[in-house]
Amino acid sequence: MGALDLSFFTWDLVTGYLLKGFVFSIYLTLIAMSGGILFGTVLALMRLSGRRWLVYPAAGYVNTMRSIPLVMVILWFFLLIPFVIGRPLGAEWSAVITFTAFECAFYSEIMRAGIQSVALGQAAAGSALGLTYGQTMRLIVLPQAFRNMLPVLLTQTIVLVQDTSLVYAIGAYDLLKGFETAGKNFNRPVEAYLAAALLYFVICYALSYSVKRLHTRIAVVR
Amino acid sequence: MIEISNVSKWYGSFRVLHDCTTRIEKGEVLVVCGPSGSGKSTLIKCVNGLEPYQQGGIVVEGISVGAIGTDLPKLRSRLGMVFQNFELFPHLSVMENLTLAQVKVLGRAPAEARDKGLKLLERVGLKEQAAKYPAQLSGGQQQRVAIARALAMDPIAMLFDEPTSALDPEMINEVLDVMVRLAKEGMTMMVVTHEMGFARKVANRVIFMDGGEIIEDAPTEDFFGKPRSERAVQFLSKILRH
Repeated sequence: MGALDLSFFTWDLVTGYLLKGFVFSIYLTLIAMSGGILFGTVLALMRLSGRRWLVYPAAGYVNTMRSIPLVMVILWFFLLIPFVIGRPLGAEWSAVITFTAFECAFYSEIMRAGIQSVALGQAAAGSALGLTYGQTMRLIVLPQAFRNMLPVLLTQTIVLVQDTSLVYAIGAYDLLKGFETAGKNFNRPVEAYLAAALLYFVICYALSYSVKRLHTRIAVVR
Repeated sequence: MIEISNVSKWYGSFRVLHDCTTRIEKGEVLVVCGPSGSGKSTLIKCVNGLEPYQQGGIVVEGISVGAIGTDLPKLRSRLGMVFQNFELFPHLSVMENLTLAQVKVLGRAPAEARDKGLKLLERVGLKEQAAKYPAQLSGGQQQRVAIARALAMDPIAMLFDEPTSALDPEMINEVLDVMVRLAKEGMTMMVVTHEMGFARKVANRVIFMDGGEIIEDAPTEDFFGKPRSERAVQFLSKILRH
């Protein structure tokens, strides 16, 4: 093997192969994160509601998702959906739905811990002022839970960024796929994979740096 | 105004309240005392439905607290409550603590709620702190804000659950002063406290609880002058010694 040859990295390569995949990976991360936190919060509230008909379905869902490898969920959903809706959904859409559904199980555990970290007295104080259960949750408990858990939520998002590369299983065109295709076409797979790894590293490192910054900032507020 | 009749409550098989009966008239100040674990905090929390009870009844201005179909949020919005640990909302400024429920529950305009909030902060001597966050205040200041927050709802009565127990000694008086003033202005109050000086000064009646039961229910002078039960005598001798 000769020395690394990076001469094929041109602007045309970026716009022709890489940008599309990079944008999809970011897009997938953002949707799965916001959807995951939203539905995860709903699942957490269900599990903490104390009503059996809400607790059991939510707990069952979360525990199932957390016990199956993500790549299998991605594959199953992609393969099963044509049978259910009668036509294929496309790898990208399939990935977005699967990731949201999968990640919300993990975010829900974080939000559940976050809600429990807010002292019971806070909810009592909200109720005592005449706020309804929903208002107490929305205005008093969840804002504090979210703030307490922000570092952990972002840490989960870092994992999510890396996990998005698993969409290779269904052939969606993501960041990794972009580099892989470029590497194949220019016969430079080693350089392409190295560059992809570097990009993942930069994204994740920037995220974890901002988590650290954020942590010191909100620690003062509380 | 508040009528508690034959209320009993169990945690599993453990009975925390046993056949409690008392009443508070409009403008009256009732002090509830007793050793820890005697059920006094549980009893006061039953009054605004924060704790459910299994037997008996509590009626607040004609509304039954335990009845099915009672609009508890509405009832609670008319009863101010002050907690042992203040329970100010740490993510909101002092002013936001005061205005939140006024706007969300009573439907007041934000400007009106702020005016009301400022007036009450002035009344508890904390007008300058309106923009601060609870964590920036001392315990005594936080509890005064909590009292102002409850008063902002124009309550028909105030419930105090050991309002000075979590405070450093030098801060107790600033909170008690606010409460004494409130009592003298004619506010109906139910106060769970060990502050017997406060009880002597403003209470109309004192009830003494032990083991989930109301052992004594007497006018203040009688309670301190000639407590009848042995347990009340013992309790008083312990906390009045200092």
